[in-house]
Amino acid sequence: MNFYGLVDGTDASLKHYLRELSGVDQVGADARAAMLATRSIKTTSKRWAIDTAISMVDLTTLEGADTVGKVQALCTKAVRPDPTDSSVPSVGAVCVYNDMVATARKHLDLVGGQHVGVAAVSTAFPSGRASMPVKIRDTQDALDAGASEIDMVIDRGAFLSGNYIDVFNEIVAIKALCGERAHLKVIFETGELVTYDNVRKASFLAMAAGADFIKTSTGKVVPAATAPVVLVMLEAVRDFYSMTQRRIGVKPAGGIRNTKDAIKQLVLVNETAGPEWLTPSLFRIGASALLNDLLMQRMKMDDGYYASPAYVTID
Amino acid sequence: MEIPVSFDYAPAPESRAIVSIKPKYGHFIAGKFVAGSKHFPTINPATEEVLSHIALAGKAEVDAAVKAARKAYTTTWSKMSGKERGKYLFRIARIMQERAREFAVLETLDNGKPIRESRDVDVPLAAAHFFYHAGWADKLEFAGLGTSTKPHGVAGQIIPWNFPLLMLAWKVAPALAAGNTVVLKPAESTSLTALLFAEVCQQAELPAGVVNIVTGDGSTGALIVNHPGIDKIAFTGSTDVGKIIARAVASTPKSVTLELGGKAANIIFEDAALDEAVEGIVNGIFFNQGHVCCAGSRLILQESIADEVLEKLKVRMAKIRVGDPMDKNTDVGAINSKEQLTKIIELTAAGDAEGAQRWSAPCELPTKGFWFAPTIFTGVTQAHRIAREEIFGPVLSVLTFRTPQEAIDKANNTPFGLSAGVWSEKGSRILWATQQLRAGVVWANTFNKFDPTSPFGGYKESGWGREGGRHGLSAYLKGVGHE
Amino acid sequence: MNNRIDVKKTYKLFINGAFPRTESGRTYEVKSAKGVFIANPCLASRKDLKDAVVAARAAQPGWNKATAYNKGQILYRLAEMLEGRRAQFVDEIITVTGVTKAKAEQEVSESIDRLVWYAGWSDKISSLSGALNPVAGPYYNFTIPESMGVIAAIAPETPSLLGLIDTVAPIIVSGNTLVVLASTKAPLSAMSFAEVIATSDVPAGVINILTGKKDEIAPWMASHMDIDGLDITGLTTKNHAEIRISGAENLKRIFSFKSHDPGRILAFMEAKTVWHPIGL
Repeated sequence: MNFYGLVDGTDASLKHYLRELSGVDQVGADARAAMLATRSIKTTSKRWAIDTAISMVDLTTLEGADTVGKVQALCTKAVRPDPTDSSVPSVGAVCVYNDMVATARKHLDLVGGQHVGVAAVSTAFPSGRASMPVKIRDTQDALDAGASEIDMVIDRGAFLSGNYIDVFNEIVAIKALCGERAHLKVIFETGELVTYDNVRKASFLAMAAGADFIKTSTGKVVPAATAPVVLVMLEAVRDFYSMTQRRIGVKPAGGIRNTKDAIKQLVLVNETAGPEWLTPSLFRIGASALLNDLLMQRMKMDDGYYASPAYVTID
Repeated sequence: MEIPVSFDYAPAPESRAIVSIKPKYGHFIAGKFVAGSKHFPTINPATEEVLSHIALAGKAEVDAAVKAARKAYTTTWSKMSGKERGKYLFRIARIMQERAREFAVLETLDNGKPIRESRDVDVPLAAAHFFYHAGWADKLEFAGLGTSTKPHGVAGQIIPWNFPLLMLAWKVAPALAAGNTVVLKPAESTSLTALLFAEVCQQAELPAGVVNIVTGDGSTGALIVNHPGIDKIAFTGSTDVGKIIARAVASTPKSVTLELGGKAANIIFEDAALDEAVEGIVNGIFFNQGHVCCAGSRLILQESIADEVLEKLKVRMAKIRVGDPMDKNTDVGAINSKEQLTKIIELTAAGDAEGAQRWSAPCELPTKGFWFAPTIFTGVTQAHRIAREEIFGPVLSVLTFRTPQEAIDKANNTPFGLSAGVWSEKGSRILWATQQLRAGVVWANTFNKFDPTSPFGGYKESGWGREGGRHGLSAYLKGVGHE
Repeated sequence: MNNRIDVKKTYKLFINGAFPRTESGRTYEVKSAKGVFIANPCLASRKDLKDAVVAARAAQPGWNKATAYNKGQILYRLAEMLEGRRAQFVDEIITVTGVTKAKAEQEVSESIDRLVWYAGWSDKISSLSGALNPVAGPYYNFTIPESMGVIAAIAPETPSLLGLIDTVAPIIVSGNTLVVLASTKAPLSAMSFAEVIATSDVPAGVINILTGKKDEIAPWMASHMDIDGLDITGLTTKNHAEIRISGAENLKRIFSFKSHDPGRILAFMEAKTVWHPIGL
């Protein structure tokens, strides 16, 4: 197989490819992320950023207590985040467990959200601890139920023990299942990979294996989408583009709870990967509570006074 | 609200309402502001707006300041216990923190540096210097500098325009902690924060005459250097002026410390963490418009990664936001003066003439004020003027090397020796390179970091002595073993 | 006493581990305290200085690289060699200065002990003068003293041996190399000490010794652009200003000393501060 001409699918070529990557200095990456966090985004640019961020949200519910009702409500909100203001864009997708995919798809279509995707978490999310046949079945179920996006987790155990080829092959297999039907997002659970070197390595591994998106976290582990981790991943997609002319998306998930955090993410994108990535097809934010804060900030900007949570829906 | 179609950051100007600039300033002598006789304008280099008029101190004013400093030394400061001296320094540190925003805005208006830097670097570090040295005042006998050290007496201090308040702190804090009194002259083009600092001294109830500030140009500086009533000279500025000072005091018992120019090498090995190295290159040369004596103005790249790094560097440089220093998103502000801009233009023209290839970041420069786009020159050799002379602007000369020893040889092939940078993920190579580099400060896998606890100063023609840390104290004490 | 004619020593310079005559061909007369002719040592020229600086510069990287333990042992070896030849030094001091035997013995003893004292500093000065600086950030930051490079020195006129040792030892113990101008009136101890150096393990070029006139050599030392530091302890104060003015051209570190203490070593060392991030 030809993986962008970067690796030939053998363990040796993968190891060589990963070894060629330059390291990441943690303190330097932290400092760069902290500097970009000082960007002051005001007035018109803030207003642009809020709408853009809304359109990038993967509105997520991943709870044991999820029900059909809860997912339907989420879908309604995803299509029309502010029922009183039709100028508010729909979110990028809803993100659910695979047993809720059919429910989500059906309800989205029902409320005029044909343009909103359904992302299914997959491959024994969140731990990734299952046999390969189970992971394949898990993914196939979601695809069959109408998922247009698959958010798979990598086997962090394999990664941390240096079995990169196992991680690679899993991604290749899931990508093959997705085919043209669904976009593949590969979740690293960066909080478990710990080092930025690992984040960079995982990014290049996943991109070569065919990921359409690389995603920080499941949302079940802290720390999740910290600014420096997203910075490192954005540098990776930027570099991968200059190597292959293909743009891979990035999805931070977990810990992005308010407008300020979201705008910081957009600044990171703008000044790292570049403005070409400032689109829902290349940048998503996995979140739940974030959407309401974006809506409140939007109201404040449009109305000129501070909003109240009473005026945004809690779904 | 008109919503833009792309993510162009809207202007985010810091408010200047917090500062009130008087139309005219005098000197600060013996605890009081005294009127000056002659004045010259000080401008905002980003707009050429006249901010105020600064007094030009002549012999009478310098005499008065030295006399006040001597009196304060003899009657008050030398008799006060270190414990009490220290408390004044702590007070000053605290007041500077309280008035940090005011200092930052004033610094940016007067100097042209981005508000982000004056807010996040200059002012906090200046306060930190006072806080750090405050703690030394009653512990000098434990500084390992000998048991019979004494303050010099009156210190004459002359500081540059690139970090006006921070350089003041580097000078005044250790001088006072060691028990000296001072006569300080800020740079001609950047006197305002020093004059605001005088207010801080008043608020701290610092005894009159312990700190005296006279403003003026080089002629005022010369009066200080040559004043017989001054025991110690501390100067930060150009190597040329440093040599003049060294000669001027040669026949006097004055003790001298000098922080002078540099032409720092920033060496990138092929195994470096490249993205952080690129940040380090940018921070090394474009921080403070390159108006930094320790700027990493010579990039020395391993040939095997030269193209890749230069490509990354250009991409990164295109993101540098050049413009209104008061905008919170500005990365590179205005060149401090017309004179400095002329010098940068002249030296870069020499780079063109000597066959180096110029590349400047695509950015729109304001029409008023003094500006120079972040620029790199490739194809530079050791023989180029732009590889040897301090440009003191946002201009980087790029050289390459093949072997580690060649990198070191090129780095050390300069009469300067202030700072250097080295980037590699290999520990033993980092330690080898830091050992080989003939420079007073070596930043390994980082650049342009400063801290009051960390001694700073140069080898060779980059100066005499250190500032900061335990080592910096010895500049303000006599009896440390040699003279 | 028989009638044997004793073999007198030709006093030459000590440059790069060898004993050349001055290129100038000049000598001057050294007489005893009683006015009796003793020797015609070299009247070194500026070109001899230039050659000595070349030797010192070439020797510096190697000497600097030697471990502190090694440098300490080599200084200690100098003390051993001096001890072994103390009689010769005592005789020379008596002959040239006319001091009592007891005084001469004392000077030689002190010189030996001083070498031992400085030898012990080689592996301690960095610990004493270095620092780990607790910067406010995720950086490991330390300051270490390093050798300055090539140092020139004017040794004091008296005491001619102890003064020379006090000049040489603190300069070289840190890894500097040296060109020293010996006492003009009493250069014999210095040139005999060169023999001690030559028979110890000091690498060629680390210590270079000239004899001659201070007024002639000192200005060339001050203006030489490849000399990093200058010890003018042996120069009369009235000449200091001129030397300092000349030395300012390359901002030489110029010092004179009144005592022997670690500050004397540190004067010709540079503090280097290193920053490195601390991270995963």
